[in-house]
Amino acid sequence: MNNRIINWFKFASPQTFYPLAGKMIPWFWALTAIFGLAGLYLGFFVAPTDAQQGEGYRIIFIHVPASWMSMFIYLVMAFWAALGLGFNARLSGMMASALAPTGALMAFLSLWTGALWGKPMWGAWWVWDARLTSELILFFLYLGFIALQSAIDDARRADKAGAVLALVGVVNIPIIYFSVKWWNTLHQGASVSLTRSPSMAQTMLWGMLLMALAFWMYSIAVSLTRVRAIILERERHAGWVEELEELKS
Amino acid sequence: MKWNSFSEFLAMGGHGLYVWGSFGACLLLMVVEPILARVRRSNALTELRREIRARKESQDETTS
Repeated sequence: MNNRIINWFKFASPQTFYPLAGKMIPWFWALTAIFGLAGLYLGFFVAPTDAQQGEGYRIIFIHVPASWMSMFIYLVMAFWAALGLGFNARLSGMMASALAPTGALMAFLSLWTGALWGKPMWGAWWVWDARLTSELILFFLYLGFIALQSAIDDARRADKAGAVLALVGVVNIPIIYFSVKWWNTLHQGASVSLTRSPSMAQTMLWGMLLMALAFWMYSIAVSLTRVRAIILERERHAGWVEELEELKS
Repeated sequence: MKWNSFSEFLAMGGHGLYVWGSFGACLLLMVVEPILARVRRSNALTELRREIRARKESQDETTS
């Protein structure tokens, strides 16, 4: 019982997390490659041509995973930010800052692939539809978070300001998710939901889920790489940093 | 295999520009982002090495 609590605090220190993250990164890259290749194979060579959309629908294999990750990363980022705000834990703030650029990238990819999908199917790159607009707001929230943090020199204060912004912005996530239900939108409804069977071919669904896993692993790998950089930047006066193998050479 | 030729694969039933524009942008960003993250870490390490050397030198000066 007690062990679990102790372990929690142990890994919450940058000193123990830094080498642990370093050991995990190659594994997450390997998983990214495995899931990504399997997903692309299913997506391009196994999944059938769509009856309505022809081959153009294959954009779904990155559009949906990128959109899911853009929302999920935001929730994880807000969670770390809240933890940092509540417990004043150093690592939490660093995790939140490390996740923001990857989340912004996912939101951008969601919008970009959405535009390239919308043009042939709807005849427009962009419409001011509830789902599209709320996803655009998510992208701006990420950019705002990054800009706000980089505008404040003191790292701890930057964490706090960023955390407040991240937490206020959480309200946007259910808006994005339910936008296709709440409003009459051009954007199609959810293809995958927990309450009913998916409205797409099995192979399409598996291809999409594998790609989603690949995006997930990618996000972990790249944010762990970034959090290691942030740890080095912020902990540079700590004794343990000087003892690192990387600095001996 | 559902494609008869490589050019048919590239054409994507007339949607080639949109499909490859999406996958291309995705690939590009997912190559660039990890490189930027690695560069950030190696910059931090270079900076640290410089700081440690400077600290040692100033210590040597005060002791000698």
